[in-house]
Amino acid sequence: MQTIRILYFARLRESLGLSGEEMPLDQALSVQALMALLAARGGQWQQEFDGCRPLRAAVNQTLVANGSMIHAGDEVAFFPPVTGG
Amino acid sequence: MEVRVQHEDFDAGAEIARMRLARRDTGAVACFIGQVRDLNEGDEVALMTLEHYPGMTEKALQNIAEEAGRRWDIHDALVIHRIGELKPAEQIVLVIVSGAHRGEAFAACEFIMDYLKTEAPFWKKEQTASGERWVDAKASDDKARDRWHQS
Repeated sequence: MQTIRILYFARLRESLGLSGEEMPLDQALSVQALMALLAARGGQWQQEFDGCRPLRAAVNQTLVANGSMIHAGDEVAFFPPVTGG
Repeated sequence: MEVRVQHEDFDAGAEIARMRLARRDTGAVACFIGQVRDLNEGDEVALMTLEHYPGMTEKALQNIAEEAGRRWDIHDALVIHRIGELKPAEQIVLVIVSGAHRGEAFAACEFIMDYLKTEAPFWKKEQTASGERWVDAKASDDKARDRWHQS
């Protein structure tokens, strides 16, 4: 089965209680569509992924817009706006 | 262009000397050091923890340094960013840019910091007397980055 790897960082990781997971992926989908799937899990997932809280996404370690497509084998990451430096 | 993400502290003086002596046509070395403050938003900070995204963080820093090299006529750039637990007054980040003249070196150094603060995946968590909290991103940091779009 084809999968994608999803990673969660910082406040998001703590809120979800999960740093990463594998998810089966039959066909390509947008970042936005993946966020809707995650929000549909309810509870904390809905709060984090319903679009109200600022969230950034990366696909294969590059920042992307929500319309970007995700394909099997990709590494997807979600995280709050960055605060380094 | 070199980037390092590390737990260990860095020796800014030694890094500056290395960059300065690397080329005889270098006439300017600009440097920025960021350190942990003991106060943020009115609360005393006892400890700061810096999280990163292994792989992407290094890639993002490399891209930012290389972009600075395309925009300005500089000789070299070095970025060191620390991760893990840091106490107030500990160093967090070092940026050094060398070039023939100060104007390009200053500008490139500032550009690297402005992009680092808004695009490189690092997250700060503070420990204060009232508990732990994740530091929020600042709109002023986005503004500082966006002014480079015009130039």
